[in-house]
Amino acid sequence: MGILVDGGTKVICQGLTGATATRLTERAIAYGTRMVGGVVPGKGGTSHLHLPVFETVAEAVDATKPDASAVFVPPAHAADAMIEAIEAEIPLVVCVSERVPVLDMVRVKRALEGSKSRLIGANSQGVITPDACKIGVMPERPHTAGRVGIVSRSATLNYEAVDQTTNVHLGQSTSVGIGGDPVYGMDFIDCLELFFADDATEGVILIGEIGGTAEEEAAEFLKREKSPKPVVAYVAGLNAPTDRRMGHAGTVDVFGAGSAAAKIEALESAGAIIAPDASAMGITMRRALGGR
Amino acid sequence: MNLHEYQAKELLKQYGVAVPPGAVASTADEAAAAAKELGGDSFVVKAQVHAGGRGKAGGVKMAASPKDVAEAAAKMLGRRLVTAQTGAEGKEVRRVYVEKACDVAKEIYLAALVDRSLGRVAFLASAEGGADIEEAAARTPGKILKLSVDPETGLDDDDARKMAADLGLTGMQADAARSAMTAMYKAFIENDASLIEINPMAVTAKGDLIALDVKMIVDDNALHRHPEWEKLWDEAEVDAEEIEARRFELNYVPMDGDIGVMVTGAGLALGILDLIKDRGGNAADFMDVRPVATREQVAGGIKMLFANPKVKAVLVVAIGGGVLRCDTIAEGIALACKEAGGHVPVIVRAAGTAKELAELALRNQGVDVIFADDLADAADKAVAAAKGKA
Repeated sequence: MGILVDGGTKVICQGLTGATATRLTERAIAYGTRMVGGVVPGKGGTSHLHLPVFETVAEAVDATKPDASAVFVPPAHAADAMIEAIEAEIPLVVCVSERVPVLDMVRVKRALEGSKSRLIGANSQGVITPDACKIGVMPERPHTAGRVGIVSRSATLNYEAVDQTTNVHLGQSTSVGIGGDPVYGMDFIDCLELFFADDATEGVILIGEIGGTAEEEAAEFLKREKSPKPVVAYVAGLNAPTDRRMGHAGTVDVFGAGSAAAKIEALESAGAIIAPDASAMGITMRRALGGR
Repeated sequence: MNLHEYQAKELLKQYGVAVPPGAVASTADEAAAAAKELGGDSFVVKAQVHAGGRGKAGGVKMAASPKDVAEAAAKMLGRRLVTAQTGAEGKEVRRVYVEKACDVAKEIYLAALVDRSLGRVAFLASAEGGADIEEAAARTPGKILKLSVDPETGLDDDDARKMAADLGLTGMQADAARSAMTAMYKAFIENDASLIEINPMAVTAKGDLIALDVKMIVDDNALHRHPEWEKLWDEAEVDAEEIEARRFELNYVPMDGDIGVMVTGAGLALGILDLIKDRGGNAADFMDVRPVATREQVAGGIKMLFANPKVKAVLVVAIGGGVLRCDTIAEGIALACKEAGGHVPVIVRAAGTAKELAELALRNQGVDVIFADDLADAADKAVAAAKGKA
């Protein structure tokens, strides 16, 4: 069980023949992910890592009926790759590419409206249901199949939460990185909805950080939904360096994006249990689930 | 990347946004000559630095003649301007912008930015623009108007018309607002902007809208399709340390404490800063290493920490993922320690891919580091080391 991906999830990789994509795909296969093909323009009809390579996503969809696509392409081409996957109606698109221009993500976000796809990322470490399916760049080893859902903006804080929930013998149902960019696909609320409906997930760790309003929106959702499962939240950035850039951050702050303190307050008042620091996410969830 | 006011105005002018006639000067004589060329008897002299809050800090002066312009320019050029946004050390003024002053009937606020929660470009506007917009927005957030744009169809004419009406503009003024917004949107998209903020936008009695001050930021991630940005980049506006950090592809912000910190990942780095503070310490910086970092880039960053005279301990927190491996970090640490270390304790917390390799590599190379078991342990050890209790 878990959300978004499981042992049956068939995955293609866009950009399969690239050096990083090759290494990540080899590791995904070794982990047990059901890789079924790749898409590389100009290399259709060849094979790579014993997988068929297609010219377009549409051809790959016809031939392999994938449930998900891993987009491992350079940032300049990432948006077009995501949009191609969305237009081919692949249910789950995961983009790990860093540094995708924000206006490209605005186009991608528009393509998602009314589509049949969900998008994770860009600039995300991906999604993993331990011992079943891994799509992304996360280290495999600290993951253990278990009871806690994790959703995070930061990849490395996510790995910390994984490490900690493994150490307190809770394990993870699924761990999702929604990405660190200003405009991105699935958000906290999308993931919370899925985790609340998932039998394998007994509690959710939500990891936020300064900037934007995603945490405040998640808090509003928690208030509305009366969360059936404990939600442990950690928000990084209480002691972030003061921003000396002109305009942007200042403008965003003026027009309503919260500090870490405001986000923590919003989440706490919505019933989330606040982890006091980044080293205490696992133990806080352990206590919330009745362990000592 | 931040643009200078004069760069942003030149750019917006090409798209049809009205700006006052003006010229850049880097000496008082040039400023006087520019004023003479512009003509008239009312000028504004503006310090060109990448920071807001210039007006309140003496970086914007009115002048009535070319001689006055030269005097005002002489007082700014070569000085460090300290505004609410520059930090205490301020920014050196290397250029001023000389503009003809214009008659203002009222001042509005108009900005285009990427709205994170909508995932779209949005306009923000207020009928009360000017230097106090931040306080005004905090006091009465309801007075800030917002309009989002569908990226497929572009700025909707009726929406723009409605926003102009909501700003209290009528007739020619409303038409001017609409065309200014259309021009701003086109400039925003074609230049991969993340912010174009016009504050104030002067509304004249005749019905013109003139951009008196512009802040513009373009998205560094789109550099690959903007070779023309090379000419706009002003290295002198960036701190020397930040330029060095950029060379190593590090995200670096100096702070005031004594624990030098390098972390793989911005979110975790923020978490570490909080932990250090909780445990009674103070970080000397925020430094985030990108997943694609090489051994040399890691070493370069750690050497920057060693070079900071305030630093009494260095903490490296590395979580190796599928791209960045802990052994790469370890090699970087070893390299930096051999070339520039030894005078302060180094605490290392490694987890994830190739953790054991990293620890083994550091031990084998005889590099003296203190290993931490987890984040809390790492913060405790760093705080203790900075207090001389290592």
